[in-house]
Amino acid sequence: MFRRSGGHCVATFAHDEVRVLRKVAAEVVGLLTEGMDHTDPVVSRLFPDIYPDRPEDSQEFRLYTEGDLKTSKIDQAGAILAALPDEGEGEVRLDGEAADAWLRAINDARLAMGTRLEIHAETDLGDELDQAVLEDAGSSRVFQLSVYAYLGYLQESLLNALPEIK
Amino acid sequence: MVGMALPQVAPVETPEIQEVPAEDRPWVTIVWDDPVNLMSYVTWVFQKLFGYSKEKAEKLMMDVHTKGKAVVSIGARERMEMDANQLHGYGLWATVDRG
Repeated sequence: MFRRSGGHCVATFAHDEVRVLRKVAAEVVGLLTEGMDHTDPVVSRLFPDIYPDRPEDSQEFRLYTEGDLKTSKIDQAGAILAALPDEGEGEVRLDGEAADAWLRAINDARLAMGTRLEIHAETDLGDELDQAVLEDAGSSRVFQLSVYAYLGYLQESLLNALPEIK
Repeated sequence: MVGMALPQVAPVETPEIQEVPAEDRPWVTIVWDDPVNLMSYVTWVFQKLFGYSKEKAEKLMMDVHTKGKAVVSIGARERMEMDANQLHGYGLWATVDRG
């Protein structure tokens, strides 16, 4: 988890955390680069219609903006990959700009996972995880839910480690 | 047309209603509630992107959370499109509409 150290946000990640974060960031990059399917709920959540009642206007706006938005989302996921050690454990030190990219990228990953996991406003993550463990402790859903919860704590810790905005 | 016999009364001068024509109304950027984004993150995005005070950003975030949506900026259509696009960069669910 992140803490403040001088002008930086610093965290020490264990081997497993590095592996999971690299995987999550790479999955976001993969989603964005492998021909996006706009009927995929994850894609429509990451790239929402700007005019919900006017599909043509939304489409026209998308035409001009989606390329740049996609590039910035790939870049911010790339900021996670760039700051992490290739493998093993290690310390990550983020300046303001890198912290901003990490926050956005963690958020994109949480949006993608949350959509796939069908997280709702009423979802209690603890209950959801308990239920999934009871059904099959080794399931992919247990893993996905744990990673989703972990990313939430990580994002919150990074927000708390940021210098106060004046 | 459906009509009814009106009682014969002297016409009263009614104050003119200042209806603002739709094309002159400013546009708005709306942020919608979603089950994933952290409250602290949404507050931070409002401060960072719009330069709002922590108090104002928190109030807007709570409006989104409790009412389902909130108007976060008002202005010309192109400006609102830019705001919504930037909010999408931060993963907030934003749309543009006429105010």
